[in-house]
Parts: sequence; structure tokens; C-alpha cells
Amino acid sequence: MSIDRSDIEKLGELARIHISDENALASAKSINEVLALVDQLQAVDTANIEPLANPLGARQRLRRDEVSEGNQRDAFQAVAPATEDGLYLVPKVIE
Amino acid sequence: MHNLTLAELSAGLIAGKFSSVEVTQHFLARIQRLDGNYNSFITITEERALAQAAAADKLLAAGNAPALCGVPIAHKDIFCTDGVRTSCGSKMLDNFVPPYNATVVENLAAAGVVVLGKTNMDEFAMGSSNETSYYGPVKNPWNTDCVPGGSSGGSAAAVAARLTPAATATDTGGSIRQPAALCGISGLKPTYGRVSRWGMIAFASSLDQGGPMARSAEDLALMLNQMAGFDRRDSTSIEQEVPDYCAGLQQDIAGMTIGVPAEYFGEGLNPAIEQATRDALAELEKQGAKLKTISLPHSHLSVPAYYVIAPAEASANLSRFDGSRYGYRCENPVDLRDMYMRSRSEGFGEEVKRRILIGAYCLSAGYYDAYYNKAMQVRRLIKEDFVSAFKDVDMIAGPTCANPAFAFGAKSDDPVAMYLEDIYTIATNLAGLPGMSLPCGLVDDKPVGLQLIGNYFDEGGMLNVAHRYQQVSDWHSRCAPGID
Amino acid sequence: MTWETVIGLEVHTQLATKTKIFSGASTEFGAAPNTQACAIDLAMPGTLPVLNAEAVRMAVMFGVAIDAEIGLISSFDRKNYFYPDLPKGYQTTQLDRPIVLAGTVDIQLGDGSTKTVRIHHAHLEEDAGKSLHEDFHGMSGIDLNRAGTPLIEIVSEPDMNSPEEAVAFAKKLHALVVSIGICDGEMAQGSMRFDVNVSVRKKGEELGTRTETKNLNSFRFMERAIVQEVERQIDLIEDGGKVKQETRLYDGDTHTARSMRSKEEANDYRYFPCPDLLPVEVDQAYVDAVRATLPELPEARRARFVDSFGLSAYDASVLCDEPSTAAYFETVASHCGDAKLAANWVTGELAARLNSEEQLIQHCPVSAEQLAALIARIIDKTISNKMAREVFTAMWGGEGEPDAIIEARGLKQVSDSGAIEGMVDTVIANSTKQVDNYRNADEAKRPKMLGYFVGQIMKASKGQANPQQVNEVLLKKLEALL
Repeated sequence: MSIDRSDIEKLGELARIHISDENALASAKSINEVLALVDQLQAVDTANIEPLANPLGARQRLRRDEVSEGNQRDAFQAVAPATEDGLYLVPKVIE
Repeated sequence: MHNLTLAELSAGLIAGKFSSVEVTQHFLARIQRLDGNYNSFITITEERALAQAAAADKLLAAGNAPALCGVPIAHKDIFCTDGVRTSCGSKMLDNFVPPYNATVVENLAAAGVVVLGKTNMDEFAMGSSNETSYYGPVKNPWNTDCVPGGSSGGSAAAVAARLTPAATATDTGGSIRQPAALCGISGLKPTYGRVSRWGMIAFASSLDQGGPMARSAEDLALMLNQMAGFDRRDSTSIEQEVPDYCAGLQQDIAGMTIGVPAEYFGEGLNPAIEQATRDALAELEKQGAKLKTISLPHSHLSVPAYYVIAPAEASANLSRFDGSRYGYRCENPVDLRDMYMRSRSEGFGEEVKRRILIGAYCLSAGYYDAYYNKAMQVRRLIKEDFVSAFKDVDMIAGPTCANPAFAFGAKSDDPVAMYLEDIYTIATNLAGLPGMSLPCGLVDDKPVGLQLIGNYFDEGGMLNVAHRYQQVSDWHSRCAPGID
Repeated sequence: MTWETVIGLEVHTQLATKTKIFSGASTEFGAAPNTQACAIDLAMPGTLPVLNAEAVRMAVMFGVAIDAEIGLISSFDRKNYFYPDLPKGYQTTQLDRPIVLAGTVDIQLGDGSTKTVRIHHAHLEEDAGKSLHEDFHGMSGIDLNRAGTPLIEIVSEPDMNSPEEAVAFAKKLHALVVSIGICDGEMAQGSMRFDVNVSVRKKGEELGTRTETKNLNSFRFMERAIVQEVERQIDLIEDGGKVKQETRLYDGDTHTARSMRSKEEANDYRYFPCPDLLPVEVDQAYVDAVRATLPELPEARRARFVDSFGLSAYDASVLCDEPSTAAYFETVASHCGDAKLAANWVTGELAARLNSEEQLIQHCPVSAEQLAALIARIIDKTISNKMAREVFTAMWGGEGEPDAIIEARGLKQVSDSGAIEGMVDTVIANSTKQVDNYRNADEAKRPKMLGYFVGQIMKASKGQANPQQVNEVLLKKLEALL
């Protein structure tokens, strides 16, 4: 499978990464090289093989429902690009 | 003083031969003087280090010092450090100062270590040569025209150049073992879940694992004793007791069966490295270990499976870097979309963007089954290869890398060639097994590594074998030329 | 031609846990912005989720309450999209293996019949934060206190065929989750939000294209939105157009919905299993233990109100719509001892007052015990029903306990027969003309003429004479004059 320039642009949109005109082709080329490597997987018969998500097959541990985190707004917002009245500011959200 | 091992420094501090402040000053001065040649540090925390050293000296004087009290180390800049910039090698986090510590950082702080600074790395740990760092490449102390390996290239070079006795690192596909091999030091990637991932900036969550880098197996054991352990803040952390890794180092390895995978000695392996590896294995045989050729039939699928799974997880893990709450935000965004697009495009480097796009592709509608799901199925086949191999052998050994350190630029325009750097190390991450690399020779005057792969939670066994080898070899104590 | 409406609901229900689904930050409503958003909720680098045990218990509780099969192994997936209220850039949710599988909920229709609505599944997920659209120099403000609040998303089958059915289903779910204690039911705070899938078709034809209207947080809005959407779709088709599959956003201020075009673009969520969370395993013993703690469900309660309190099916149904109302009623009934009178007051005077003051029963200024004490004074004839309403108003206004109010306002009913006889005698003596009329009137007309005398007596007693007693005495005395 391989991708072209418009695929790259679509992926860029999904991943919110700007694909400039200059590097769209180069990106597509290098990604296609990687996909060619990855395509070796297609030759493997994996019928009835359960996908392995966690290498140890462990189960989720549960946390007790107790408040353990207090207000640290000032510390967190000290590294924020823009805040006001305790809110994070971003360019206007239009739905 | 910088030629002393972590164990020797710790003993000397306890014996009062020197103070932590003296040791710390010595290493800081060395970093100041020499790191211009290697670029192994992103941030040097001189003031904090000296304050920590002074505090350590008090504890040492009072006689109730914890395990590694006063010993200087460095942290890979992927571990969050409260009040100290944590960049992950990226412009995206160039201004990021976390208000919290990674568990690994906490654990080592509790053990009394002094932190010299944060080491350079490939951006978001994506790379095998340390050329993707926003802070410039790290140079290999054995040959400054060559890469140190990656992504923990800064930690590896710093240890190799005797700028720190030990450092923390992370390994997602070989990022501890490959640079350890290329820089002639020892490095260990623990079993997945052995070391907490809390506060360790995620690349690929189901593969990432923190571990130590140092000059000897004994020093790795000292570090791992403090780094390992259950952490309730990490759901994938394993609730299992941590043995004293130092206690088992001396054990006899006679009678142990070491599996040698045929697939790790095939086409592409540098013959001189094959020879060095076989010599090391012969040394282990001399000590009574039995060698047994084994097969890991799905080995050739490790790199393809990895380059689906790791980018897929990364594509989601790196979505949080959006310019909203921390990190880089582009200048004057015209709207929300513009802020996202430009902050991410300007904040991430090319390799990171490439992997995010590959990951998004592998997960996108219509491709999930062919790529992601398939890779997860192959991942199980790879794990099962190891599970059945470990029915017959106690440990697996082979080369860490196919070639010694390569020159800058040699592979940076060829992602596939770069990805194949990790051909022998990636399977271990997919299976969640522990692995390590230790120096076993020089090829073209550059170090090469012997890789050990242990069964689940057998870090102790690997350290034992490595230590026994290091008792009868001196590759690990050799110094790069020009480093006194 | 007849159109048939097909409606399915997705109900986002905030679970009443103390902390977030994946972090130890508080879920308390109404805190200052971002003071309850911890490092995990903010998606700070290196942070990791750990699942809240109580969220799992509550989801399982819902499952057993609707007789659903429980997913003994469930797992979390990442749903990827960028939005400022979604700090990680993905929502952690359950796609492939939800914790609650198929179940059913019965609803009562207007004609008294019962309809079964099938639940497709319910899954655990995290809530998003809030974007505040007030103008901050052309910017939006983001508050992430709500980010990470545990939700179960309850997904119904498209089993409803009218706005009324959809509302009945929504109300039923609301009563259910509140009565089993997994949700506070505070609609105004967004504790329960509805997404409505609507399509229309001509009878007998295949399912039409559906639209999804999001963000409905009241039953009234939901009903209006469905009515409007059904009309819109029918008009569209009858004008030769086609319904486009889209997401619509309802605006509660203007009562209009509009297409969320931005959401439609490149809608590829790239779901995959969350590698930071492991599969969640619950065993049958756990499910059984949760089932054992299940409180009485609204359905059973309704039946009990009819059987043991002798209420009408209608009253029982009204009382059980809202679990807090049912609980309030039970307290009143048990304290005052007259269930019917209690039901009349709770569904009558109290409901009307709550309604007119837009107050929730949880915040009612008159406690159930106080109302019971008031009703007890009606039962023991201390006050009349009419006076009780006056006392109730005073209680609502915060004047205190009913007995004290009756005392302070001198509302105590005069039931002393000597005093009443005296008043009756006086009025008869002062009303010779009316007494003559009464005496000369037809027997059939006489009862109507009593009103005058009663009025005079009540006036003389300043309204405090026990009216029943007054009637009895008056009749006896007038009879004696015949």
C-alpha cells in the first residue's frame, strides 16, 4: 500500500500537522518507504491469533475513590502560554 | 575520581574518603570542561546538584545515609524533574518546567543521589543516532565523527566520557541497549512494568521502559535496585517484589543454558561483530554455561510490527502537545486550527512528524485491520517465539547491533536504514522481556555490545551473567581515546 | 401518507463518584476554574491514568438494574480528535468491549400500556472540559474541572417512535440512575445529557437517514428538539430533498438546532486500545455482590405505593418519576400516617410551589418531617385544610415548625363544642329573617341556605371554628326550630 500527496494532506489534517508544498512529496516518499517495510506483515498468516496489546497480559488495577489531588492551578498555569482568571486561553472555539 | 565506578564512589563516600560536594564539583567541572565536545547534556543543574551534595554530606556524616547517598548521576531529559526544564529533546518542550517528578526521579532522590543535569536524546526518543534532538546531535566519545546511538545517546555518551558514573535512560525499541553498545558501556532495559513510567514522557506506552546506564553490571544493579518497583500511579506497573540485584551478581553460572538465536547471526551482521560476540559467548561457556542454538522464527517481523505499533501509540500520545496548556505555541495564531497546525508543525521535528503521520495512517479508517491489528497479532507471534525458547534455555544472547557506530548523516535521510539499526533489540520490547547490552570488543576502534535477553523479571539473572563476564574481561573498563 | 418516527438515544450520565475516572481530583460541581484539574486531567507530559473502582461499581450497578449482561472483561480505547476541552487529544472510552451489554428498560405510555426499550450497551468514558465562549480579547477560556469526570454512555436501540416515548424513556432512565445512587440527576448541572438520533420513514419502508442532535440537557429541550427535527426531515423529504447524515447542535436559548459542520470534516477517530490501561476484569461473584446491594427500583416502588399505600396508579407513577420525590413522600406518609393525604400534598400544594419557584425537591425549604407534622394537624383537626395552606406558605417562607406558626398566628381551630354552640346560638338569634326563610323553604332548598349561617359563624370565630363541627351543631339547632 502506498500513499500520495493528497493522502499526506489528509493525514496532516487528522494529526494537525501542516504539510507544506515543499515537503509534501518528500514526506510521501519517506513514508512510503516505511510502509513498504511494514508491508512485510501482510504476508503473515495471523488467522485466529489474538492481538497482543499488553506484553504481560496483565489486568487493570483499580484505584480507591478518594480525593488525592488538591488545587495546583498556579503551578500548572505557570507554564501555560496564556491564561486569564484561571482559564486557559486559546483562539476562539467555533463549533 | 571520575574513573571510579558508582559502587566505588558510594563506598568512598561512606568511608569518608571524599565528600559528595567534592565528587559533585569534580564531575560538574568535568562536564564544563569536556561536554562541549560531546553535547551530552541539555541542562546542567549545578546549583541544585551542589545543594543536594551538601545535604547528602550531612546524611553521610550522621551515619544514616540511604543507598546511593551523595553519588552523582544524570537523568535522561525524558524524565520529568520538578522545577527543572524537561525538554524531551524537542523544541515543543524547550520552555517546559514540570511541577512534578517522575517516579524514577523520586526513587533515586530518596536514595540520596545528586543530579548533575538532564541528558540529550533524540526528540521524544524517536531515533537511533541522537541526530533528531532539537539541541543538536550528541557525539560518540570513541569517535566524535560518529553517532552515539539513540535515543539515549546523551546518557550513553556522558557515561562513556566519564562525565557521570551512571544515568537513567529509556528503551522503546533499543534506546538503552543500542547506544550502550555503540558507546562501550552497560545498559539494561527491564521487564515491561518493572520500572514505573509515571512522569516519563510517553513515546509508545506499551513498549517504553526506563532503565539504567553505567559502566558495569554491578553499577546497573545498584541503580536498578532504586529505580525498580511497583507504582500505583502507573496501571501497567507490576506488583511484584524487587530482589536485591546486587546480591545475586556473584552466582555461579555453570550449568546455565544460554540460547543463541540463529536469526541474530544472519545476513547483515558485521563479521567482526559476530566474532566479538562469539568470543564473548565462548567466555561464558568457559565458565560452565551451555550454549544452545535456538530459533526465533518471527524475528524478521519485529521491525515491521514495531513501526506500526510504536508510531500508532505515539500519534495519540503526542496529541497533547497542542499549544494550549504548556509547551510551544506559535506566534499570533489566527484561529484554533492555525494554533494547532503551526504549533505542532513548528514545535516538532521531521522524524517526530513522520512517525505521527505513519501512526495516524495505520489507525485510520480502512487501514486499522491491515496495519494495527495485524501488527498486534504478529506481536503475539513474536512473544510466543520467546516463550517457547525459554522453555529450553535460561537466557538468550547475541549481538546488540549489526554494526559499530556510524558517521553522522549516514542514515539520517534514510529512515528505513535507521530503523533497521534496532533489528536485534526491538523484539524484546514487543515481547516485554528484559534485555541488556554490555561491551564485548572493539571493531574499527569502536565498541560493540553483547546483548542478553532474560526471561520475564530475570533482570537479576542477566546482571549475574554480565557481572561474571566482566570479572574475566576488561572491555567495560576501557576508556575512549583521549579520555583520561 | 403516514410517517413513522424512529428515535434512539445516547445518554451521557455523570457518575456520582468523589473523584475523576482516572485521577484523584475531586468531581465536586461549581469549583473555581481549573482548581479541580490535576496533572492527569490536564494531560501534563508523563502522566498516566488509573481507573477508579467506584466508577466500575456504578457502571455494573446500572447493568444489573437493567438486567443486562455484564462485560466481565471490558477494555478502554482512545478516540482521537483535537478540541480544546479534550486535553489529551483523545477521549478514553470503551468501543469494542463495553462494561454493560444488552439490557432493557420498560416505559409507561400515555394510554397506560408498557413498552420495552432495548439498551444496546452502556460504556464507561471520561467527560470533557468546558469551553467558555465569553470574549477574552477574541480568545476562548478553557476550564478543565469537568475533564475526566466519569460517565456512562447509555446507548438505546432505535425503539422509540414519538417524542413522548423518548421523553418517557429519558425520565425513566433518570429515575433509575438516581434511585440506584449512581448519578445525582442534576440536569441543570449537566449530570445527564442526551444525544438524540432521529430518522423518519414511511410506514413499512426501510430506516431513513438519521441525524444526531447533541447537547440536550432537559426533557423539555429534548422533546422540542425531536418535534422540530421530525418536522424538518419530513418537510425536506416532501420537498424532494434528502436527509443528510449529520450532527446537529441544539441551542437552548433560541430553541433552534444547527448543523455542526466542523465536526463532520474528516471524521476519522482512529480508535485503538489504550496502552496505558489494561483490560478490566470483574468476576461473577463481584457482579452478584453488586446486585445484592441494588436498592428498590422505581418500577417496584411504584407497585408498592399502589399495593401498600393504596395510592392510585396515577399518583404512584407521578411520585415515582423522581426518586427524590418518592423518598420525600415516603417520609411524609410514614410520619403523618395518612398516605393518601400525604400524596395529595406532595403532588398538589408542594409540587405546585416547587414548580412556580423553580426549585428542586432536594432543596425544598420545607422538610418531609415538617410537612408530615403539618398534615398531622389536619388529621387531628387542629387546623383546617385551608389554614394548613396558609401555614405551609409560612413554613416555605422560613417561619419554622407548623405548631409554632399555628400558635403564633392564632390559627388553632376552635373545636370546643360549648364555644361553638354559643357562637351558633348568637348567629341564629341575630338572624331572625334568615331563620324564617329557612323554616319556610322547601326541604330540598334548605341545605343551600346553610352557607349564610356557616359564613357568619366562621366570621365570628375569625375562621378558627372547626367547620365540620359548626355544620353539625348548626343543623341540629335549625332542625330543632322547625
